[in-house]
Amino acid sequence: MSESNSAATMSSVWSGGRSPYAVNSKKFGMWLFIVSDALTFSAMLMAYTYVRLSTPNWPTPFHFFPSIIFSTVMTFCLLSSSLTMVMGVHAMNHGRRKAAVGWILGTMAGGAAFVVLHLTEWLNLIRNEHVTPFSNEWGVPLFGGTFFALTGLHMTHVVIGLIYLGIIAFAVGRGKFKAEDVEVSGLYWHFVDLVWMFIFPLVYLMSAKI
Amino acid sequence: MSTHSAAVDHVDGATTKAFVTVWFALLFMTGVEVVLAYMQPPVLVFLTALVGLSVIKAALIIAYFMHLRFEKLSLFLTLFPMLILCIILMLLIFMPDSNRLMMMRPR
Repeated sequence: MSESNSAATMSSVWSGGRSPYAVNSKKFGMWLFIVSDALTFSAMLMAYTYVRLSTPNWPTPFHFFPSIIFSTVMTFCLLSSSLTMVMGVHAMNHGRRKAAVGWILGTMAGGAAFVVLHLTEWLNLIRNEHVTPFSNEWGVPLFGGTFFALTGLHMTHVVIGLIYLGIIAFAVGRGKFKAEDVEVSGLYWHFVDLVWMFIFPLVYLMSAKI
Repeated sequence: MSTHSAAVDHVDGATTKAFVTVWFALLFMTGVEVVLAYMQPPVLVFLTALVGLSVIKAALIIAYFMHLRFEKLSLFLTLFPMLILCIILMLLIFMPDSNRLMMMRPR
């Protein structure tokens, strides 16, 4: 192969020899997990949409206040935590460990606020609207089943993310872990945020009661 | 070039200003969604607007917050076309049947 041909191959999309994606294995592994988890959430959202379309009297228990307002504030918390996370990754990439820890703690605060608000919203739904995973006043148990499964799986991801970020913040504060480790945890957190961008409109806003 | 400076160069395309701009755009689109929910437009218009805005928001998060815009194209081509294909396949299986069930509702 001539020198010019070799240069052309190296600059092509699929070049790269032993590292064709130019990312480390941890980051690539997290991307693969994210793709598989995205399919899980896609399937659950489709199952939710399927039962919703095929059920004539689908409940709309989400009053504008408190449910929609609460879920909007929850969305604000998650979006803001994504901003603080990306700032943390940015700080770590520039070698500012203390700043990175501060940003990660800010991210955890946003995530914790989301969980507290979400649990409050769940309690409101259970106590005031009498919706449980198995029954409700409208006689459509699939509503509670799909709603709690979908939002519960998402909240589980948020809680796992909080634990993950706590470990990362602790280690980074002690001078351990590299920038790539913070970036990989950031990928997970942004994915959790991304999933909520579909759950919020399709589950809450589509069932709003004005 | 050292590993550290390579890492710095890698993220230099993504500036703080870009992140804050994306955050504002995401908040704005969320606001539009909530206003639409309050206005209660026809279901088909509402659903199309919500799904459209959600896809744009997801694309912004993936491109800027998850840095995919600054990664090599091969990473995107490996991960996303097959993800989108799988979602389309699920849609092709589930949606016609749910539509059929909806049409079978007693009127």
